[in-house]
Amino acid sequence: MGEYFTLFMGAVIVNNFVLTRFLGLCIFFGVSKNLNASVGMGMAVTSVMTLSSILAWAVYNYVLHPYNLTFLTTIVFVVLIASFVQLLEMIIKKHAPALYNMWGIYLVLIATNCIVLGVPLLNAESHFSFLKSVVHAIGSGVGFALAIILMASLREKLQYADVPKSLQGLGIAFILAGMLALSFFGFSGMIPL
Amino acid sequence: MSTSVLILVVLASLGLIFGFILAFANRKFAIEVNPLIHIVEDVLPKGQCGACGYAGCMAYAEAVVLNPDVAPNLCIPGKEPVAKAVAELTGKTAAAVEPRVAQVKCAGSNEKAVRGYDYAGVDDCVAANLLFGGPKSCKYGCLGLGTCVRNCPFDAMTMSPAGLPVIDPDKCTGCGKCETVCPKKVIAMLPLGAHVRVNCNSRDKGPVARKACTAACIGCSLCVRECPYGAVKVENNLAVVDSAICREQCSDAKCLAKCPTKAIRPAVLGIVPGTEDQASVEAACPSCVKSTAAAG
Repeated sequence: MGEYFTLFMGAVIVNNFVLTRFLGLCIFFGVSKNLNASVGMGMAVTSVMTLSSILAWAVYNYVLHPYNLTFLTTIVFVVLIASFVQLLEMIIKKHAPALYNMWGIYLVLIATNCIVLGVPLLNAESHFSFLKSVVHAIGSGVGFALAIILMASLREKLQYADVPKSLQGLGIAFILAGMLALSFFGFSGMIPL
Repeated sequence: MSTSVLILVVLASLGLIFGFILAFANRKFAIEVNPLIHIVEDVLPKGQCGACGYAGCMAYAEAVVLNPDVAPNLCIPGKEPVAKAVAELTGKTAAAVEPRVAQVKCAGSNEKAVRGYDYAGVDDCVAANLLFGGPKSCKYGCLGLGTCVRNCPFDAMTMSPAGLPVIDPDKCTGCGKCETVCPKKVIAMLPLGAHVRVNCNSRDKGPVARKACTAACIGCSLCVRECPYGAVKVENNLAVVDSAICREQCSDAKCLAKCPTKAIRPAVLGIVPGTEDQASVEAACPSCVKSTAAAG
């Protein structure tokens, strides 16, 4: 039990995918302009990452590994996740229109995102068990949500700050993300992955 | 050699499998969208202003096509032609759209309004309003920092040097976005055609309002007594004009004559409130000329 908890907290805080590994930066900057959108994005990424990790685990352990095809892992996962996200979007659009209206538009944005691809790849590389893969994926998703919600809250505050003209917009956001990452480095080494 | 063949086979079959799955899913989960929705959406002005009460033009198009109870004339920026087109497309009966335009209910320009303190913070009315309701002594007046100007989806507003926004009546569609964002609620959507308007939003008692601004309505009721049609009322120390009565019954605008602070003025559009000259009054409201002259 403790092992899973360590893995989860490690993925959320210590090895936060956005702030210490710098994955998923495009959505991190693109969708962090307002808090509501970032909450939706965080939820979308968490659920997609969890589901695609489960799928990827199955494919890796029952197809790629037994047939010595592990050198194809990356490209297979890209195709797998992209089509899975498409499929998920169709299903949600049909069966849960309310949910689709809430965060359906974020689904297409993350179809081929590096953070969604990175977690299953890392799971495969570290030879995690099924349960560990799921816990790691949920933790990474929560970590991403934490980072993007923090960032969105900061950027909303920033609208009322007197930012020099040359730094307005993305410029100050990069600096802010750097400082946020710096503070997260305080956790580094507490839990080795 | 055998490895590269293997790669080709694996990737090709992978592509085929996922391709079939997605093609099948596309059929199975297909949603029929009424093509009329897109046609109606094309007719709408796409300012995405939300004046219709829906999240955007697409949402309104969907609602007006699918729901028989949604009226076709809710698009205020589109005015008559859009209402007619939407009504025709959806087979509903068109009702008239009352044209309206944004008006700032404040003439407290930088010279006229007294300042309680100097504000040097963020250039935004919402932010200034958080600090004791803004720098002006009058807590109801326009803050003049241009939140409405920045939020106007149709580019119809500009900030004048006097510190009050000016609304271009040709560009203003009456969508009401500025009314929503203004922290003072000093902008109102008024129907076109009324002869006069009250350029003040202050609900303070006469002496307090007068001290804060030389252009304030002090609630003295002189205009109420002058108007023979009962179009003007004083509510909460502020004169209010019933524009329907004013437009349809009045022809001489007597209410203007005796106002001691000139808070009630001819409804001239496209200028800083309270700065209308003789020519613009003649153009906008010929019947107001006489009583304006009497007021000096």
